[in-house]
Amino acid sequence: MSAVLLETQGLSKRFGALEVARGIDFRLEAGARHALIGPNGAGKTTFVNLLTGVLAPTDGRVLLDGEDVTRLAPAKRVKRGIARTFQINQLFRGLPVLENVALAVAERLGAGGDMVRPAGRRADVLAEAGRLVELLHLGADAGRRIDELPYGRQRLVEIAIALGLEPRLLLLDEPAAGIPSAESHIVLEAIAALPPAIAVLIIEHDMDLVFRFAERITVLVGGAIFAEGTRAEIAANREVRAVYLGTALDA
Amino acid sequence: MSLPAATLEAATRHRLRAWEALPWLAALGAFFLFPDYLAFGTQVLVMILFALSLDLVLGYAGIVTLGHAAFFGAGAYTVAMLAAHAGWNEPLSGLAVAALVAGLLGLASGWVLLRTHGLTLLMLTLCTMALLEQAANMFSGFTGGFDGMPGLAFQPILGRFEFDVLYFRTQYLYALAVLFACFIALRVLVHSSFGRSLTGIRENLLRMHAVGAPVRARQVLAYAVSAALAGVAGAVFVQATSYVNLAVLGLERAAGVLIILILGGYGRLYGAFVGALAYLLLEHTLSKAYPTAWQLGIGITLVLVALYARNGILGLADALRRRWRER
Repeated sequence: MSAVLLETQGLSKRFGALEVARGIDFRLEAGARHALIGPNGAGKTTFVNLLTGVLAPTDGRVLLDGEDVTRLAPAKRVKRGIARTFQINQLFRGLPVLENVALAVAERLGAGGDMVRPAGRRADVLAEAGRLVELLHLGADAGRRIDELPYGRQRLVEIAIALGLEPRLLLLDEPAAGIPSAESHIVLEAIAALPPAIAVLIIEHDMDLVFRFAERITVLVGGAIFAEGTRAEIAANREVRAVYLGTALDA
Repeated sequence: MSLPAATLEAATRHRLRAWEALPWLAALGAFFLFPDYLAFGTQVLVMILFALSLDLVLGYAGIVTLGHAAFFGAGAYTVAMLAAHAGWNEPLSGLAVAALVAGLLGLASGWVLLRTHGLTLLMLTLCTMALLEQAANMFSGFTGGFDGMPGLAFQPILGRFEFDVLYFRTQYLYALAVLFACFIALRVLVHSSFGRSLTGIRENLLRMHAVGAPVRARQVLAYAVSAALAGVAGAVFVQATSYVNLAVLGLERAAGVLIILILGGYGRLYGAFVGALAYLLLEHTLSKAYPTAWQLGIGITLVLVALYARNGILGLADALRRRWRER
Protein backbone atom coordinates (compact mmCIF):
# COMPACT_ATOMS: atom_id res chain seq x y z
CA MET A 1 0.00 0.00 0.00
CA SER A 2 0.96 3.62 -0.36
CA ALA A 3 2.56 5.88 2.24
CA VAL A 4 0.84 7.10 5.40
CA LEU A 5 -0.43 10.66 4.86
CA LEU A 6 -2.06 11.38 8.17
CA GLU A 7 -1.47 9.85 11.54
CA THR A 8 -2.74 10.66 15.00
CA GLN A 9 -1.10 9.29 18.11
CA GLY A 10 -3.02 9.12 21.35
CA LEU A 11 -5.10 12.15 20.38
CA SER A 12 -7.20 13.29 23.34
CA LYS A 13 -9.40 16.25 24.14
CA ARG A 14 -11.03 17.07 27.42
CA PHE A 15 -13.47 19.85 28.23
CA GLY A 16 -13.31 19.83 32.01
CA ALA A 17 -14.50 16.42 33.07
CA LEU A 18 -15.93 15.65 29.64
CA GLU A 19 -13.64 13.57 27.47
CA VAL A 20 -14.61 13.99 23.84
CA ALA A 21 -11.56 12.30 22.32
CA ARG A 22 -9.73 9.49 24.09
CA GLY A 23 -6.36 8.37 22.85
CA ILE A 24 -7.29 8.13 19.19
CA ASP A 25 -4.66 6.32 17.11
CA PHE A 26 -5.60 6.76 13.51
CA ARG A 27 -3.88 6.37 10.14
CA LEU A 28 -4.83 7.42 6.69
CA GLU A 29 -2.95 6.56 3.53
CA ALA A 30 -2.52 8.83 0.51
CA GLY A 31 -5.54 8.52 -1.75
CA ALA A 32 -7.53 6.59 0.86
CA ARG A 33 -11.33 6.46 0.96
CA HIS A 34 -12.16 6.26 4.61
CA ALA A 35 -15.35 6.79 6.58
CA LEU A 36 -15.78 7.79 10.18
CA ILE A 37 -19.08 6.70 11.65
CA GLY A 38 -20.59 6.60 15.09
CA PRO A 39 -23.67 7.63 17.04
CA ASN A 40 -24.45 11.29 17.71
CA GLY A 41 -22.04 12.77 20.22
CA ALA A 42 -19.37 10.17 19.49
CA GLY A 43 -16.84 12.94 18.85
CA LYS A 44 -16.64 12.77 15.06
CA THR A 45 -16.74 16.51 14.45
CA THR A 46 -14.40 17.05 17.40
CA PHE A 47 -11.96 14.72 15.69
CA VAL A 48 -12.19 16.77 12.48
CA ASN A 49 -11.66 19.96 14.49
CA LEU A 50 -8.56 18.44 16.06
CA LEU A 51 -7.21 17.52 12.63
CA THR A 52 -7.83 20.98 11.16
CA GLY A 53 -6.51 22.79 14.21
CA VAL A 54 -9.75 24.51 15.21
CA LEU A 55 -9.33 22.72 18.55
CA ALA A 56 -6.02 22.08 20.30
CA PRO A 57 -5.71 18.56 21.76
CA THR A 58 -5.21 18.04 25.48
CA ASP A 59 -2.83 15.23 24.65
CA GLY A 60 -1.39 13.40 21.68
CA ARG A 61 -0.06 14.34 18.27
CA VAL A 62 -1.20 14.92 14.70
CA LEU A 63 1.32 14.02 11.99
CA LEU A 64 1.00 14.99 8.36
CA ASP A 65 3.52 13.24 6.13
CA GLY A 66 5.41 12.30 9.29
CA GLU A 67 5.70 15.95 10.33
CA ASP A 68 4.21 17.08 13.63
CA VAL A 69 1.49 19.64 12.90
CA THR A 70 -0.19 19.46 16.32
CA ARG A 71 0.62 23.09 17.18
CA LEU A 72 0.11 24.50 13.69
CA ALA A 73 -2.60 27.14 13.16
CA PRO A 74 -5.59 26.14 11.01
CA ALA A 75 -4.59 28.44 8.12
CA LYS A 76 -1.10 26.89 8.03
CA ARG A 77 -2.56 23.38 7.93
CA VAL A 78 -4.64 24.41 4.94
CA LYS A 79 -1.42 25.42 3.20
CA ARG A 80 -0.01 21.97 4.02
CA GLY A 81 -2.95 20.34 2.27
CA ILE A 82 -5.76 19.73 4.76
CA ALA A 83 -9.13 21.01 3.57
CA ARG A 84 -12.60 20.46 4.96
CA THR A 85 -16.24 20.94 4.26
CA PHE A 86 -18.66 21.86 7.01
CA GLN A 87 -21.61 19.95 8.38
CA ILE A 88 -23.64 23.15 8.10
CA ASN A 89 -22.84 25.18 4.98
CA GLN A 90 -20.20 27.83 5.50
CA LEU A 91 -20.40 29.74 2.24
CA PHE A 92 -20.15 33.34 1.08
CA ARG A 93 -23.90 33.62 0.81
CA GLY A 94 -24.12 36.99 -0.87
CA LEU A 95 -21.58 36.16 -3.59
CA PRO A 96 -21.95 34.21 -6.83
CA VAL A 97 -20.90 30.56 -6.97
CA LEU A 98 -17.85 31.27 -9.12
CA GLU A 99 -16.69 33.95 -6.69
CA ASN A 100 -17.04 31.53 -3.78
CA VAL A 101 -14.65 29.09 -5.39
CA ALA A 102 -12.36 31.85 -6.69
CA LEU A 103 -11.79 33.13 -3.15
CA ALA A 104 -10.43 29.74 -2.13
CA VAL A 105 -8.31 29.37 -5.27
CA ALA A 106 -6.93 32.90 -4.82
CA GLU A 107 -5.71 32.00 -1.35
CA ARG A 108 -4.02 28.82 -2.57
CA LEU A 109 -2.27 30.66 -5.40
CA GLY A 110 -1.14 33.36 -2.98
CA ALA A 111 -3.15 36.13 -4.65
CA GLY A 112 -5.20 37.13 -1.60
CA GLY A 113 -2.72 39.66 -0.23
CA ASP A 114 -2.33 41.57 -3.52
CA MET A 115 -3.68 45.06 -2.89
CA VAL A 116 -3.14 46.51 -6.36
CA ARG A 117 -3.78 44.15 -9.21
CA PRO A 118 -7.49 43.70 -10.01
CA ALA A 119 -8.81 40.29 -8.96
CA GLY A 120 -10.41 40.07 -12.41
CA ARG A 121 -6.99 40.08 -14.05
CA ARG A 122 -5.98 36.89 -12.26
CA ALA A 123 -6.97 34.72 -15.20
CA ASP A 124 -5.30 31.75 -13.51
CA VAL A 125 -7.59 32.07 -10.48
CA LEU A 126 -10.73 32.48 -12.57
CA ALA A 127 -9.85 29.60 -14.89
CA GLU A 128 -9.19 27.20 -12.02
CA ALA A 129 -12.37 28.28 -10.22
CA GLY A 130 -14.29 27.79 -13.45
CA ARG A 131 -12.82 24.32 -13.92
CA LEU A 132 -13.95 23.27 -10.44
CA VAL A 133 -17.40 24.75 -10.94
CA GLU A 134 -17.71 22.64 -14.08
CA LEU A 135 -16.31 19.58 -12.32
CA LEU A 136 -19.16 19.73 -9.82
CA HIS A 137 -21.73 20.41 -12.55
CA LEU A 138 -22.43 23.89 -11.24
CA GLY A 139 -21.73 25.60 -14.56
CA ALA A 140 -25.30 26.75 -15.13
CA ASP A 141 -25.38 28.30 -11.64
CA ALA A 142 -21.94 29.93 -11.76
CA GLY A 143 -23.34 33.46 -11.73
CA ARG A 144 -26.05 32.88 -9.15
CA ARG A 145 -25.72 33.94 -5.55
CA ILE A 146 -25.47 31.16 -3.00
CA ASP A 147 -28.65 32.21 -1.23
CA GLU A 148 -30.56 31.70 -4.49
CA LEU A 149 -29.47 28.06 -4.80
CA PRO A 150 -31.28 24.96 -3.53
CA TYR A 151 -29.56 23.42 -0.51
CA GLY A 152 -28.25 20.39 -2.37
CA ARG A 153 -26.40 22.51 -4.87
CA GLN A 154 -25.02 24.63 -2.06
CA ARG A 155 -23.47 21.46 -0.64
CA LEU A 156 -21.63 21.03 -3.93
CA VAL A 157 -20.17 24.51 -3.60
CA GLU A 158 -18.80 23.43 -0.21
CA ILE A 159 -16.93 20.65 -1.97
CA ALA A 160 -15.80 22.89 -4.83
CA ILE A 161 -14.31 25.38 -2.36
CA ALA A 162 -12.43 22.61 -0.57
CA LEU A 163 -11.09 21.28 -3.87
CA GLY A 164 -10.00 24.80 -4.76
CA LEU A 165 -7.44 24.46 -2.00
CA GLU A 166 -5.90 21.50 -3.85
CA PRO A 167 -5.88 19.37 -0.73
CA ARG A 168 -4.05 16.11 -0.19
CA LEU A 169 -6.49 15.32 2.57
CA LEU A 170 -10.15 16.22 2.28
CA LEU A 171 -12.38 16.03 5.33
CA LEU A 172 -16.07 15.82 4.45
CA ASP A 173 -18.24 16.49 7.48
CA GLU A 174 -21.65 15.00 6.68
CA PRO A 175 -21.72 16.14 3.05
CA ALA A 176 -25.23 14.78 2.53
CA ALA A 177 -26.69 16.35 5.68
CA GLY A 178 -29.83 18.37 5.15
CA ILE A 179 -30.31 17.43 1.52
CA PRO A 180 -33.70 16.17 0.46
CA SER A 181 -33.36 12.56 -0.66
CA ALA A 182 -34.35 13.48 -4.21
CA GLU A 183 -31.16 15.53 -4.47
CA SER A 184 -28.76 13.37 -2.49
CA HIS A 185 -27.56 11.50 -5.57
CA ILE A 186 -25.94 14.74 -6.81
CA VAL A 187 -23.64 14.82 -3.81
CA LEU A 188 -23.07 11.07 -3.99
CA GLU A 189 -21.92 11.29 -7.59
CA ALA A 190 -19.72 14.29 -6.82
CA ILE A 191 -18.00 12.41 -4.02
CA ALA A 192 -17.55 9.29 -6.10
CA ALA A 193 -15.89 11.42 -8.81
CA LEU A 194 -13.33 13.06 -6.50
CA PRO A 195 -9.77 12.94 -7.86
CA PRO A 196 -8.19 9.62 -6.76
CA ALA A 197 -4.98 11.23 -5.51
CA ILE A 198 -6.84 13.00 -2.69
CA ALA A 199 -7.25 11.11 0.55
CA VAL A 200 -10.84 11.48 1.71
CA LEU A 201 -12.15 11.09 5.23
CA ILE A 202 -15.91 11.25 5.28
CA ILE A 203 -18.19 11.58 8.28
CA GLU A 204 -21.67 10.48 7.39
CA HIS A 205 -24.83 9.06 8.85
CA ASP A 206 -26.16 7.90 5.52
CA MET A 207 -25.00 4.25 5.64
CA ASP A 208 -25.85 3.74 2.00
CA LEU A 209 -23.36 6.44 1.09
CA VAL A 210 -20.74 5.19 3.56
CA PHE A 211 -20.75 1.60 2.37
CA ARG A 212 -20.75 2.57 -1.27
CA PHE A 213 -17.93 5.02 -0.96
CA ALA A 214 -15.50 3.99 1.79
CA GLU A 215 -12.91 1.25 1.54
CA ARG A 216 -12.19 1.37 5.23
CA ILE A 217 -14.41 2.40 8.09
CA THR A 218 -13.64 3.55 11.59
CA VAL A 219 -16.35 3.45 14.22
CA LEU A 220 -16.10 6.06 16.94
CA VAL A 221 -18.04 5.64 20.18
CA GLY A 222 -17.73 7.89 23.23
CA GLY A 223 -14.66 9.62 21.86
CA ALA A 224 -12.67 6.42 21.34
CA ILE A 225 -12.15 4.08 18.41
CA PHE A 226 -14.58 1.22 18.84
CA ALA A 227 -13.74 -0.71 15.69
CA GLU A 228 -11.86 -0.29 12.47
CA GLY A 229 -11.66 -2.35 9.35
CA THR A 230 -12.64 -2.82 5.77
CA ARG A 231 -16.18 -2.34 4.64
CA ALA A 232 -16.88 -6.05 4.87
CA GLU A 233 -15.30 -6.40 8.30
CA ILE A 234 -17.35 -3.58 9.74
CA ALA A 235 -20.53 -4.82 8.13
CA ALA A 236 -19.91 -8.24 9.67
CA ASN A 237 -18.93 -6.91 13.08
CA ARG A 238 -21.64 -7.91 15.53
CA GLU A 239 -20.75 -5.42 18.19
CA VAL A 240 -20.83 -2.56 15.72
CA ARG A 241 -24.22 -3.70 14.57
CA ALA A 242 -25.38 -3.82 18.13
CA VAL A 243 -24.19 -0.37 19.20
CA TYR A 244 -24.68 1.59 16.06
CA LEU A 245 -25.73 0.11 12.81
CA GLY A 246 -28.72 -1.63 14.27
CA THR A 247 -31.04 -2.58 11.51
CA ALA A 248 -29.73 -0.02 9.04
CA LEU A 249 -27.86 -2.70 7.11
CA ASP A 250 -30.72 -5.11 6.93
CA ALA A 251 -32.86 -2.58 5.20
CA MET B 1 -25.96 33.16 -15.55
CA SER B 2 -23.76 30.54 -17.16
CA LEU B 3 -20.10 29.98 -16.41
CA PRO B 4 -18.69 32.00 -19.34
CA ALA B 5 -20.97 34.91 -18.49
CA ALA B 6 -20.08 34.71 -14.79
CA THR B 7 -16.37 34.54 -15.63
CA LEU B 8 -16.66 37.54 -17.91
CA GLU B 9 -18.50 39.45 -15.21
CA ALA B 10 -15.79 38.64 -12.65
CA ALA B 11 -12.99 39.46 -15.10
CA THR B 12 -14.37 42.88 -16.05
CA ARG B 13 -15.90 44.08 -12.80
CA HIS B 14 -12.94 46.36 -12.04
CA ARG B 15 -13.18 48.26 -15.33
CA LEU B 16 -14.20 51.90 -15.28
CA ARG B 17 -17.68 52.53 -16.60
CA ALA B 18 -18.66 55.66 -18.48
CA TRP B 19 -21.17 56.73 -15.81
CA GLU B 20 -18.40 56.81 -13.22
CA ALA B 21 -17.35 60.18 -14.68
CA LEU B 22 -20.70 61.61 -13.56
CA PRO B 23 -19.95 62.51 -9.92
CA TRP B 24 -16.74 64.26 -10.92
CA LEU B 25 -18.38 66.19 -13.72
CA ALA B 26 -21.19 67.13 -11.35
CA ALA B 27 -18.67 68.29 -8.72
CA LEU B 28 -16.86 70.45 -11.28
CA GLY B 29 -20.18 71.74 -12.61
CA ALA B 30 -21.25 72.69 -9.07
CA PHE B 31 -18.07 74.76 -8.74
CA PHE B 32 -19.23 77.03 -11.56
CA LEU B 33 -22.97 76.85 -10.96
CA PHE B 34 -23.06 77.47 -7.21
CA PRO B 35 -20.16 79.81 -6.39
CA ASP B 36 -21.92 80.92 -3.20
CA TYR B 37 -22.21 77.41 -1.82
CA LEU B 38 -18.58 76.26 -2.06
CA ALA B 39 -18.12 76.19 1.71
CA PHE B 40 -21.06 73.78 1.88
CA GLY B 41 -19.66 71.89 -1.11
CA THR B 42 -16.28 71.51 0.59
CA GLN B 43 -18.04 70.08 3.61
CA VAL B 44 -19.82 67.57 1.36
CA LEU B 45 -16.55 66.52 -0.29
CA VAL B 46 -14.87 66.02 3.09
CA MET B 47 -17.76 63.90 4.33
CA ILE B 48 -17.71 61.83 1.12
CA LEU B 49 -14.06 61.01 1.75
CA PHE B 50 -14.78 60.21 5.39
CA ALA B 51 -17.73 57.99 4.42
CA LEU B 52 -15.59 56.24 1.79
CA SER B 53 -13.04 55.37 4.44
CA LEU B 54 -15.82 53.88 6.56
CA ASP B 55 -17.15 51.96 3.56
CA LEU B 56 -13.88 50.04 3.31
CA VAL B 57 -14.18 48.63 6.83
CA LEU B 58 -17.94 48.50 7.21
CA GLY B 59 -19.19 47.87 3.69
CA TYR B 60 -16.39 45.67 2.42
CA ALA B 61 -14.71 44.05 5.42
CA GLY B 62 -17.89 43.94 7.53
CA ILE B 63 -16.22 45.50 10.58
CA VAL B 64 -18.92 47.33 12.52
CA THR B 65 -17.57 50.47 14.16
CA LEU B 66 -19.15 53.41 15.91
CA GLY B 67 -15.88 55.19 16.54
CA HIS B 68 -14.53 56.09 13.15
CA ALA B 69 -14.41 59.79 14.04
CA ALA B 70 -11.41 58.87 16.19
CA PHE B 71 -9.33 58.74 13.01
CA PHE B 72 -10.98 61.77 11.42
CA GLY B 73 -10.14 63.63 14.63
CA ALA B 74 -6.60 62.25 14.79
CA GLY B 75 -5.91 63.60 11.30
CA ALA B 76 -7.60 66.89 12.12
CA TYR B 77 -5.67 67.47 15.33
CA THR B 78 -2.41 66.37 13.71
CA VAL B 79 -2.43 69.15 11.11
CA ALA B 80 -3.87 71.65 13.60
CA MET B 81 -1.21 71.02 16.23
CA LEU B 82 1.59 70.91 13.67
CA ALA B 83 0.48 74.29 12.36
CA ALA B 84 -0.10 75.87 15.76
CA HIS B 85 2.92 74.55 17.66
CA ALA B 86 5.56 73.50 15.14
CA GLY B 87 4.94 76.05 12.41
CA TRP B 88 4.47 73.14 10.01
CA ASN B 89 1.67 74.54 7.87
CA GLU B 90 2.51 73.24 4.42
CA PRO B 91 -0.78 71.52 3.47
CA LEU B 92 0.28 68.50 1.39
CA SER B 93 2.99 67.27 3.75
CA GLY B 94 0.47 67.93 6.53
CA LEU B 95 -1.93 65.52 4.83
CA ALA B 96 0.79 62.89 4.62
CA VAL B 97 1.63 63.20 8.31
CA ALA B 98 -2.08 63.13 9.21
CA ALA B 99 -2.52 59.95 7.16
CA LEU B 100 0.48 58.39 8.86
CA VAL B 101 -0.64 59.29 12.39
CA ALA B 102 -4.23 58.16 11.83
CA GLY B 103 -3.04 55.02 10.00
CA LEU B 104 -0.71 54.04 12.85
CA LEU B 105 -3.48 54.68 15.35
CA GLY B 106 -5.72 52.42 13.24
CA LEU B 107 -3.04 49.76 13.06
CA ALA B 108 -2.47 49.79 16.83
CA SER B 109 -6.12 49.97 17.89
CA GLY B 110 -7.17 47.52 15.16
CA TRP B 111 -4.55 45.03 16.28
CA VAL B 112 -6.05 45.09 19.78
CA LEU B 113 -9.76 45.61 19.05
CA LEU B 114 -10.23 43.28 16.08
CA ARG B 115 -9.83 40.25 18.31
CA THR B 116 -13.44 40.97 19.18
CA HIS B 117 -16.48 41.44 17.01
CA GLY B 118 -20.14 42.38 17.07
CA LEU B 119 -21.39 44.34 20.04
CA THR B 120 -18.10 44.14 21.94
CA LEU B 121 -16.24 45.64 19.01
CA LEU B 122 -18.89 48.32 18.65
CA MET B 123 -18.47 49.34 22.29
CA LEU B 124 -14.67 49.24 22.15
CA THR B 125 -14.49 51.45 19.06
CA LEU B 126 -16.82 53.86 20.79
CA CYS B 127 -14.63 53.82 23.92
CA THR B 128 -11.45 54.40 21.92
CA MET B 129 -13.00 57.48 20.39
CA ALA B 130 -14.22 58.71 23.76
CA LEU B 131 -10.72 58.25 25.20
CA LEU B 132 -9.21 60.35 22.42
CA GLU B 133 -11.88 63.00 22.87
CA GLN B 134 -11.13 63.17 26.59
CA ALA B 135 -7.41 63.34 25.91
CA ALA B 136 -7.97 66.25 23.51
CA ASN B 137 -10.10 67.89 26.19
CA MET B 138 -7.57 67.39 29.00
CA PHE B 139 -4.36 68.43 27.27
CA SER B 140 -5.73 71.85 26.49
CA GLY B 141 -2.25 73.35 26.37
CA PHE B 142 -1.68 71.47 23.12
CA THR B 143 -5.17 71.01 21.77
CA GLY B 144 -7.02 74.10 22.92
CA GLY B 145 -9.26 71.87 25.03
CA PHE B 146 -12.97 72.42 24.75
CA ASP B 147 -12.63 75.63 22.74
CA GLY B 148 -10.31 74.05 20.18
CA MET B 149 -7.94 76.02 18.03
CA PRO B 150 -9.41 78.78 15.86
CA GLY B 151 -7.56 80.90 13.33
CA LEU B 152 -5.08 78.35 12.04
CA ALA B 153 -3.12 79.47 9.00
CA PHE B 154 -1.88 77.25 6.20
CA GLN B 155 0.52 77.97 3.38
CA PRO B 156 -0.75 78.16 -0.19
CA ILE B 157 -1.16 74.74 -1.80
CA LEU B 158 1.97 73.88 -3.81
CA GLY B 159 3.14 77.36 -2.85
CA ARG B 160 0.71 78.89 -5.35
CA PHE B 161 -2.95 78.52 -4.47
CA GLU B 162 -3.96 80.60 -1.44
CA PHE B 163 -6.76 79.30 0.75
CA ASP B 164 -9.78 81.42 0.02
CA VAL B 165 -11.30 82.42 3.36
CA LEU B 166 -14.36 84.06 1.92
CA TYR B 167 -15.56 81.94 -0.97
CA PHE B 168 -13.80 78.60 -0.42
CA ARG B 169 -12.88 78.31 -4.13
CA THR B 170 -9.40 76.91 -3.45
CA GLN B 171 -10.66 74.74 -0.63
CA TYR B 172 -13.34 73.21 -2.80
CA LEU B 173 -10.99 72.27 -5.62
CA TYR B 174 -8.36 71.12 -3.14
CA ALA B 175 -10.86 68.86 -1.36
CA LEU B 176 -12.05 67.58 -4.73
CA ALA B 177 -8.51 66.76 -5.86
CA VAL B 178 -7.70 64.96 -2.60
CA LEU B 179 -11.01 63.08 -2.76
CA PHE B 180 -10.29 62.04 -6.34
CA ALA B 181 -6.81 60.74 -5.51
CA CYS B 182 -8.06 58.84 -2.44
CA PHE B 183 -11.03 57.47 -4.36
CA ILE B 184 -8.83 56.07 -7.13
CA ALA B 185 -6.58 54.39 -4.56
CA LEU B 186 -9.57 52.96 -2.74
CA ARG B 187 -11.19 51.77 -5.96
CA VAL B 188 -8.00 49.92 -6.91
CA LEU B 189 -7.90 48.40 -3.43
CA VAL B 190 -11.47 47.10 -3.30
CA HIS B 191 -11.19 45.51 -6.74
CA SER B 192 -7.87 43.84 -5.94
CA SER B 193 -7.63 40.26 -4.70
CA PHE B 194 -7.11 41.74 -1.23
CA GLY B 195 -10.35 43.68 -1.57
CA ARG B 196 -12.22 40.58 -2.72
CA SER B 197 -10.88 38.67 0.26
CA LEU B 198 -12.26 41.39 2.55
CA THR B 199 -15.68 40.72 1.05
CA GLY B 200 -15.10 37.05 1.81
CA ILE B 201 -14.33 37.92 5.42
CA ARG B 202 -17.53 39.96 5.61
CA GLU B 203 -19.63 37.17 4.11
CA ASN B 204 -18.18 34.32 6.19
CA LEU B 205 -15.34 34.70 8.65
CA LEU B 206 -15.17 31.01 9.50
CA ARG B 207 -14.96 29.94 5.87
CA MET B 208 -12.26 32.50 5.18
CA HIS B 209 -10.20 30.98 8.00
CA ALA B 210 -10.85 27.56 6.53
CA VAL B 211 -9.46 28.49 3.11
CA GLY B 212 -6.22 29.44 4.80
CA ALA B 213 -6.49 33.24 4.65
CA PRO B 214 -4.68 35.30 7.32
CA VAL B 215 -7.99 36.82 8.32
CA ARG B 216 -6.98 39.04 11.20
CA ALA B 217 -3.94 40.48 9.44
CA ARG B 218 -6.16 41.42 6.51
CA GLN B 219 -8.74 43.02 8.80
CA VAL B 220 -6.13 45.03 10.69
CA LEU B 221 -4.53 46.18 7.44
CA ALA B 222 -7.88 47.26 6.00
CA TYR B 223 -8.68 49.03 9.28
CA ALA B 224 -5.36 50.91 9.15
CA VAL B 225 -5.83 51.96 5.52
CA SER B 226 -9.34 53.13 6.32
CA ALA B 227 -8.07 55.03 9.36
CA ALA B 228 -5.43 56.76 7.23
CA LEU B 229 -8.09 57.86 4.72
CA ALA B 230 -10.32 59.13 7.54
CA GLY B 231 -7.29 61.02 8.85
CA VAL B 232 -6.82 62.67 5.46
CA ALA B 233 -10.49 63.70 5.50
CA GLY B 234 -10.06 65.25 8.96
CA ALA B 235 -6.91 67.05 7.86
CA VAL B 236 -8.57 68.53 4.78
CA PHE B 237 -11.46 69.64 7.00
CA VAL B 238 -9.12 71.56 9.28
CA GLN B 239 -7.07 73.05 6.46
CA ALA B 240 -10.22 74.19 4.68
CA THR B 241 -11.96 75.71 7.69
CA SER B 242 -8.79 76.81 9.55
CA TYR B 243 -10.08 75.70 12.92
CA VAL B 244 -10.44 72.53 14.95
CA ASN B 245 -12.51 71.66 17.98
CA LEU B 246 -13.67 68.60 19.87
CA ALA B 247 -16.59 68.06 17.49
CA VAL B 248 -14.23 66.39 14.99
CA LEU B 249 -13.79 63.56 17.49
CA GLY B 250 -17.34 63.34 18.75
CA LEU B 251 -20.02 60.71 18.63
CA GLU B 252 -22.19 63.02 16.57
CA ARG B 253 -19.68 62.98 13.73
CA ALA B 254 -19.14 59.22 14.04
CA ALA B 255 -22.89 58.62 13.94
CA GLY B 256 -23.29 61.11 11.11
CA VAL B 257 -20.87 59.32 8.84
CA LEU B 258 -22.51 56.00 9.62
CA ILE B 259 -25.90 57.45 8.71
CA ILE B 260 -24.46 58.87 5.49
CA LEU B 261 -23.15 55.48 4.46
CA ILE B 262 -26.36 53.65 5.30
CA LEU B 263 -28.42 56.35 3.59
CA GLY B 264 -26.38 56.13 0.39
CA GLY B 265 -25.75 52.40 0.42
CA TYR B 266 -22.66 50.63 1.76
CA GLY B 267 -20.19 48.28 0.14
CA ARG B 268 -20.35 50.05 -3.22
CA LEU B 269 -18.18 53.19 -2.92
CA TYR B 270 -20.68 55.45 -4.66
CA GLY B 271 -23.07 55.18 -1.75
CA ALA B 272 -20.75 57.56 0.11
CA PHE B 273 -21.23 60.18 -2.60
CA VAL B 274 -25.00 59.94 -2.70
CA GLY B 275 -25.34 59.60 1.06
CA ALA B 276 -23.16 62.58 1.95
CA LEU B 277 -24.89 64.85 -0.53
CA ALA B 278 -28.38 63.73 0.50
CA TYR B 279 -27.69 63.92 4.24
CA LEU B 280 -26.02 67.31 4.20
CA LEU B 281 -28.59 68.79 1.82
CA LEU B 282 -31.33 67.51 4.04
CA GLU B 283 -29.64 68.87 7.13
CA HIS B 284 -28.98 72.19 5.42
CA THR B 285 -32.52 72.77 4.17
CA LEU B 286 -34.27 71.36 7.23
CA SER B 287 -32.21 73.37 9.68
CA LYS B 288 -33.09 76.52 7.74
CA ALA B 289 -36.80 75.74 7.57
CA TYR B 290 -37.18 74.30 11.09
CA PRO B 291 -34.22 75.51 13.16
CA THR B 292 -35.44 73.76 16.29
CA ALA B 293 -36.82 70.50 14.94
CA TRP B 294 -34.70 69.69 11.89
CA GLN B 295 -33.35 66.48 13.40
CA LEU B 296 -36.87 65.12 13.39
CA GLY B 297 -36.79 65.24 9.59
CA ILE B 298 -33.50 63.36 9.49
CA GLY B 299 -34.90 60.81 11.89
CA ILE B 300 -38.03 60.21 9.82
CA THR B 301 -35.93 59.85 6.66
CA LEU B 302 -33.75 57.28 8.39
CA VAL B 303 -36.72 55.28 9.57
CA LEU B 304 -38.06 55.24 6.02
CA VAL B 305 -34.69 54.13 4.64
CA ALA B 306 -34.36 51.41 7.27
CA LEU B 307 -37.86 50.15 6.50
CA TYR B 308 -38.05 50.42 2.73
CA ALA B 309 -34.54 50.81 1.39
CA ARG B 310 -32.24 48.53 3.36
CA ASN B 311 -29.44 49.04 0.87
CA GLY B 312 -29.75 52.78 0.85
CA ILE B 313 -30.66 55.15 -1.94
CA LEU B 314 -28.48 53.35 -4.48
CA GLY B 315 -29.92 50.00 -3.43
CA LEU B 316 -33.38 51.42 -3.99
CA ALA B 317 -32.32 52.69 -7.42
CA ASP B 318 -31.01 49.20 -8.25
CA ALA B 319 -34.29 47.60 -7.23
CA LEU B 320 -36.33 50.04 -9.28
CA ARG B 321 -34.12 49.51 -12.32
CA ARG B 322 -34.47 45.74 -12.00
CA ARG B 323 -38.25 46.03 -11.77
CA TRP B 324 -38.25 48.26 -14.81
CA ARG B 325 -36.28 45.72 -16.82
CA GLU B 326 -38.51 42.83 -15.81
CA ARG B 327 -41.52 44.56 -17.27
